[in-house]
Amino acid sequence: MNAVVETFLTDEIGPLPFCPGCGHDRLIKALDKALVKLQPDPKKLVIVTDIGCIGLADRYFVAHAFHGLHGRSITYACGLKLARPELTVVVLKGDGGCGIGGAHLLNVARRNIGITLIVANNFNYGMTGGQHSVTTPTGGLTATTPLGNIEGAMDLCGITIAAGAPWVYRGTGFDRDLADRIADAIRQPGFAMLDIWDMCTAYYLPRNQLKKKDLTGMMQGLGLQAGILTDRPRPEYGEQYREMHANAQQAAPARPLISAKYAHAIKRQTGIVIAGSAGQKIRTAAALFAQAGMFASLEATQKDDYPITVMTGHSITEVILSPERIDYTAIDAPDYFVVISEDGLHKSRDRIARLNANATLYAEESLDLPATEARVVRLPFIATAKKISRLSIGIVALGSVLADSGLFPMDAFQESISTLQKKAIADTNLQALEAGVAILRE
Amino acid sequence: MGLEFLEGNEAIARGAMRANCNFFAGYPITPSSSILQHMLNLLPHSGGIAIQAEDEIASIGFCIGAAMAGSKVLTATSGPGISLYSENIGLAIIGETPMVIVNVQRQGPATGSATKGAEGDIQFTRWCTSGGLPMIVLSPATVGEAYELTYRAFNLSEQYRVPVFLLTNKEIGLTRESVDLDAITLPSLVERTRAVVDEEYLPYYFEQSSAVPVFSDFGGEHLARFTTSTHDKAGFLATSPPLIQEMIDHYAAKVDEAADELALVKEDFQDGADTLVVSYGITSRSAAVAVREARAMGVKISALCLQTLYPVPARVLISAMDGIRKIIVPEMNMGQYILEVERLAPDGVEIIGVNKMDTTLISPDEILERGGLR
Repeated sequence: MNAVVETFLTDEIGPLPFCPGCGHDRLIKALDKALVKLQPDPKKLVIVTDIGCIGLADRYFVAHAFHGLHGRSITYACGLKLARPELTVVVLKGDGGCGIGGAHLLNVARRNIGITLIVANNFNYGMTGGQHSVTTPTGGLTATTPLGNIEGAMDLCGITIAAGAPWVYRGTGFDRDLADRIADAIRQPGFAMLDIWDMCTAYYLPRNQLKKKDLTGMMQGLGLQAGILTDRPRPEYGEQYREMHANAQQAAPARPLISAKYAHAIKRQTGIVIAGSAGQKIRTAAALFAQAGMFASLEATQKDDYPITVMTGHSITEVILSPERIDYTAIDAPDYFVVISEDGLHKSRDRIARLNANATLYAEESLDLPATEARVVRLPFIATAKKISRLSIGIVALGSVLADSGLFPMDAFQESISTLQKKAIADTNLQALEAGVAILRE
Repeated sequence: MGLEFLEGNEAIARGAMRANCNFFAGYPITPSSSILQHMLNLLPHSGGIAIQAEDEIASIGFCIGAAMAGSKVLTATSGPGISLYSENIGLAIIGETPMVIVNVQRQGPATGSATKGAEGDIQFTRWCTSGGLPMIVLSPATVGEAYELTYRAFNLSEQYRVPVFLLTNKEIGLTRESVDLDAITLPSLVERTRAVVDEEYLPYYFEQSSAVPVFSDFGGEHLARFTTSTHDKAGFLATSPPLIQEMIDHYAAKVDEAADELALVKEDFQDGADTLVVSYGITSRSAAVAVREARAMGVKISALCLQTLYPVPARVLISAMDGIRKIIVPEMNMGQYILEVERLAPDGVEIIGVNKMDTTLISPDEILERGGLR
């Protein structure tokens, strides 16, 4: 059994560095007292700080010491706790850090990651010359509010509770039971915060003639309560995360691999563009076509273009097939262009007009096409798909393209669909493929 | 042979998993969001953690915390996100934190053309945090290389205890390609050297300036110390100028002295060539086509494709420039890596930048024409 630790503070680098009378000194000693009470294994204890006078404190503890960027201590603490849930992670942070790192404060409370946050709240920035912070009371005199603060003070406990923190305490550095309350906080499995008000003897106290008893008066003046303000435990994030994933099904089975087993009839890099609408499964159809090419011993690439509002407008996909490595992945002069909807046509009108005489344009027969040098094949894609499934129109169209072009064997397309899709969908798509071939032959 | 049809972003996630990555934090941003998605799909099932943070600052903050607790961490974003990572990247340097950061570049500045590709962050990545210390930046050209270089980036981050960048592009990240990941030869896995349990431990101890301090996990058997402030080898505040300089020299030497070892390049040299194309990333593939076509027209031309952008593979570049009279540097930006080429090129060599930032790929024709090859 390990010996009882009588203090978690070390004088290895000298005494605590704070100004005479500074509240941080009281707070650090209260934390030490709480730790002595709890007796954590120092190797499982991390003190995390960021910038500000209180940020000097981590290195005075017999524990792992982590000193990070201004306002970001909560983020490192969360990373440490998520990676090693067995750690006791205590964050010491100033009111300044709560301002610049406000988003992290709200989000750690909301997520309920099991770290303890102690805010050394002295209403101004001690390290940089006594500027006002988010907790400077209205009227407070600071270096940057020389005529009195006209901003409102942030109620750190109030916002943290609103964000969902399960355990929150407000008090002062003079509270006789502070060490006990810190110990209570550290014992919480979830996120716990203590907002501890105290004196900055270098700046805030002299400028505002603040006295010890004034701290509780200030609270009352702001209509704020002291004590344990909320205590409603709920499951800790990391614990839930691990439990959820342990119980969840294992990762989806790996996708089937593709083997190059068919021959093809492509001599050079060939570009195919498919222009349709959102909701037509254009990207899926194109991917099946490209992978059919891979079954037919071809290299393939695919790029998709669609609006960020994904359920509306065009959906245009570019597939390149090549017997050799594909270096240049843009299609400057498409060999095959498929247009199956008004949205697709609208977006590619200029491109269609620029198609050269070697290209073939496969167009839904109802579309009003621009003049083009390309060979035009008009087919009833919409009407054909409607009989099978609206979502199979891309496969219908690509079935026609393949039947007309003979780029690779139809078997490869069938194998791509039946290997890569779930059976019910594959069956529909195989039917669509057959229909696409049939309308071309008609 | 097992072929898959993968986008670059998925290949990055797979490369990370292959490197035993066990922690990911990220924030959605086009075109990198699917890395977050893939890691969310892959990591929890192998016992790791993947989390969407409240913003980019928290993403990298979570990662630094987890990395110092011993995890192998990945984060991914796009250019605007790197702006928000910036200060913490400096922290990872001074704290000697192994981590891999992916930047899937998109056209900028600012929101720019958010869904389109570019290579506008080359110098930004090199100089993305205060202090100006050297950076390791790898840049894949293909989906297969995205997999391989992610894996290698993990090895380098572990070996040198530095953040390593994988600098890619929407044009690789969101383009699917046929690829056989198992056919890619990978070096053996490198893990950070950990301190011996029963020995006294100083978190930043080194003797030779370029040596890498041994690591002990937060929560491990030694009390670890990590700080954003200038520190000594014990991790305590350092104020003496010679000691401060010693530490700065150490951060620089770790990377700079390894420059030759870190230089990953693909050479396609032709005897008697007097023209050289220097390229990287997706544009190197257009360069490869242009070089083939130029040779077919009788031009004597060599190509050097850089997978390591930083530290600049200076020795390789200088040697490749030997006997060269014209250098062409195509880039999907307004001329960034060309600055490195210019400072290394011998006097009198003509250097031509082929630049474009209109969101489209630089074509082989543009390289041939603007490079004066036809």
